[in-house]
Amino acid sequence: MKTMFDLNKIDSHGGRVDLNTNEPAQTEVKNAIEVRNLNFFYGSFQGLKDINLDIEERKVTAFIGPSGCGKSTLLRTLNRMYDLYPGQRAEGEINFYGKNTLAPGEDLNLLRSRIGMVFQKPTPFPMSIYENIAFGVRLYERLSRSEMDERVEWALNKAALWNEAKDILNQSGLSLSGGQQQRLCIARGVAVKPSVILLDEPTSALDPISTGKIEELINELKHEYTIAIVTHNMQQAARVSDYTAYMYLGSLIEYGKTDEIFIKPKRKETEDYITGRFG
Amino acid sequence: MDAQQYGEKAGLKNMNNLSNIDPALFAKRKRANKLGLTLSMIAMVLGMVFLFWILGVLFYKGFSSLDLAIFTQSTPAPGSEGGGLANAIVGSLMLVGCCTLISTPIGVLAGLYLSEYGARSRIAATTRFVTDIMLSAPSIVIGLFIYALVVAQVRHFSGWAGTIALALIAIPVVVRTTENMLLLVPGSLREAAYALGTPKWKVAFKITLRAAQSGVMTGILLALARVSGETAPLLFTALNNQFFSTNMNAPMANLPVVIFQFAMSPYDNWVDLAWGGALLITIAVLGLNILARVVFREKVQG
Amino acid sequence: MMELTQSYSAPTPQAFRIAQLQRVQDFLFRAVTQFFALSVLIALLGIIISLFINAWPALHTFGPAFFFTQEWDIINGEFGGLIAIYGTVVTSLIALLIAVPLSFGIAVFLTELCPATLRRPLGTAVELLAAVPSIIYGMFGLFIFAPLFAEYIQPALAGTLGHIPGLGILFSGAFNGIGILCAGLILAMMILPFIASVMRDVFEIVPPVLKESAYGIGCTTWEVVKNVVLPYTKAGVIGGIMLGLGRALGETMAVTFVIGNAHRLSPSLFAPGTSIASTLANEFGEAEAGNHLSSLYALGLALFIITFIVLACAKWMLNSMEKKQGLKT
Repeated sequence: MKTMFDLNKIDSHGGRVDLNTNEPAQTEVKNAIEVRNLNFFYGSFQGLKDINLDIEERKVTAFIGPSGCGKSTLLRTLNRMYDLYPGQRAEGEINFYGKNTLAPGEDLNLLRSRIGMVFQKPTPFPMSIYENIAFGVRLYERLSRSEMDERVEWALNKAALWNEAKDILNQSGLSLSGGQQQRLCIARGVAVKPSVILLDEPTSALDPISTGKIEELINELKHEYTIAIVTHNMQQAARVSDYTAYMYLGSLIEYGKTDEIFIKPKRKETEDYITGRFG
Repeated sequence: MDAQQYGEKAGLKNMNNLSNIDPALFAKRKRANKLGLTLSMIAMVLGMVFLFWILGVLFYKGFSSLDLAIFTQSTPAPGSEGGGLANAIVGSLMLVGCCTLISTPIGVLAGLYLSEYGARSRIAATTRFVTDIMLSAPSIVIGLFIYALVVAQVRHFSGWAGTIALALIAIPVVVRTTENMLLLVPGSLREAAYALGTPKWKVAFKITLRAAQSGVMTGILLALARVSGETAPLLFTALNNQFFSTNMNAPMANLPVVIFQFAMSPYDNWVDLAWGGALLITIAVLGLNILARVVFREKVQG
Repeated sequence: MMELTQSYSAPTPQAFRIAQLQRVQDFLFRAVTQFFALSVLIALLGIIISLFINAWPALHTFGPAFFFTQEWDIINGEFGGLIAIYGTVVTSLIALLIAVPLSFGIAVFLTELCPATLRRPLGTAVELLAAVPSIIYGMFGLFIFAPLFAEYIQPALAGTLGHIPGLGILFSGAFNGIGILCAGLILAMMILPFIASVMRDVFEIVPPVLKESAYGIGCTTWEVVKNVVLPYTKAGVIGGIMLGLGRALGETMAVTFVIGNAHRLSPSLFAPGTSIASTLANEFGEAEAGNHLSSLYALGLALFIITFIVLACAKWMLNSMEKKQGLKT
């Protein structure tokens, strides 16, 4: 008998619950982020309704759902990006390695240096490729010239852009192609060595080949970073993620291992969306 | 002719549905259209005629009085022959230069406030409104104000007073263009910087301002152009100086006031010099305007 | 060192210190930029207060009647602003009367008639004309236009309109060239490109879809302008006109050269007169402290307030156009 996956049964370690036996799994895993009772408001409109979920470290968690379901909103609460805009507020708890980031007095700049974000549209800064990467690093670290060179090379390697960029480091970041620019943004995010990287529809503005390269990147990066990715492309979610969360109209409908969500989803709504019956 | 004949003449087939068209009305509408558009074209031609007439006269009279002496000799005393505009040129350069040095930081910082904090603030909305009005305010009244504020207090005219008066005219220009250019920078660029943990002031200076820099530069050039031609604010502040001087703390020679004095005078060489000076000012102003456009176009393409 | 990233890389103590410093820096950034933004407001207040303080002696001595008195007797210390105000208002009205229809025509041409290749150069030419300093217009007026005006146009006007009863008095008097009418015409030339640019910008806001639907039912170009463009941009057009009026009221150099600078009130437009700005330009430098200087300040205050009100209305109208543009997109 299939039981509804009950989120309230997550034990205090935030551990995975084995769906077949309903007992805590054997290995001890750590959650990078634990969202508890999160409600989000755009003025008087409620964008997120009582969200509870865990994002396991060094895994890729994908958020899928039709337009307007709140997946980007949820992502932007994780690094408190919404704080830039008056009238938007969040209630609840978001525990980032134990510390509640929604608490008042939290230093947002420091938080954002630990949780990075890559956006849908590639946004290289109006400076050289080298400077694009060095900019973020210089914010909170003092490196010598040679250390910075190493860091830039390392970051570009991580983003699989080093070979293409190594001879044009002094050229403007805007001179790259769209796919390259996005990889530059990823390199920029990785260079500051955050714990979590948030990707907000990172490939929706790119061609299929660049998309493929970035999906490869995600598979590499997840060994070292926790990744949360919002995508409206279900196939992409199926390809790259370990866990998937399906959202609809601001609520979290279902959340679990990607294989299970896509092969035998627990909720009818999830099944309808995944099979294309609506959305 | 009736509708049927009209239709045949126009080469149209199947005239049954044209029975509603009144050819007289149609002809009248066409006449009105032609009249209106012809008048409009005449207006354009008149406008161009004015432009070329004024510039033509200016260039003709100005060039015929331009010679090397203009740049090497100072303004002549009443009744004496020859002379040049050297002191006025240098004085104007100094006044406008110092004005730019003062108005650029103030204007850019004010523009930054309006664009980065101004979406939600009543103060910002009021400031924007007032700044726009100051853009077109009578410049002679600004001269009066600075006279009362500075000159009357220290009891002498000075280049500094003139600079401050010019700055009061230039700052609104810089503020508005800076704000408009900064608002054009996409929000996603700012968000990308914030997402790295960049503090607000760094986002403003190193990302937003940098992205908008050619636009802001354009604004500064336009302010410069505007201020180079202003006469009224200098009349009671910097006044004028017959001799060559670089002392900003004393009356300062400047082209616009010299032109004003010389043009209305009975001396021929003075009137000649006035034309020469007018030409120099116009070349500077138009040149700066064209430069500003070129700079901006490069930004849009690059 | 390129070690494997820890699962949680906490901020270093250095990072904490930097973050603290940044909070202070952000606070200062806001304070400094806000201060400079407010400086414009402060300057405005300063102008009004300073003018008022200095104008007070005259206002106190002569009372509100100052603005309706025709006197301007420097020697005996009797002053009244009527002549200067009359000059300012009349020259500005003449300028508007001529410049507005012409600007409208130019704006229509640039937006509807002009072939695409010429659009930018001609538009730029108009904008450059607006950038020419006003002293150039003044010199042009004094040396070129005024003599021509005296020789051809004034006799023509006197010969034709001068014979119409009632109107004729406007065109009586000697043909000196310089005078109120000449100043009005030069002022018209000066504000023409300015108003034309504003109108053109405003006309370009009209959504092409709106115009196309009018063309689609067979409207002529003129009808589209009259029935679609103008109603849509009404507020902007009025705003542009008022902006031009504001400029004309405050203009000094273009007017001073050709208005004749005589403190006389005459019904004829050919007669010399004076405007507030030219009175200030001519007399402020040598005015002695006392009623003369104070009266000049009073005139300046009046000019500033009138211009401020006109420009505020203009701005308000143009703002409502911008909102429309926002609605459209």
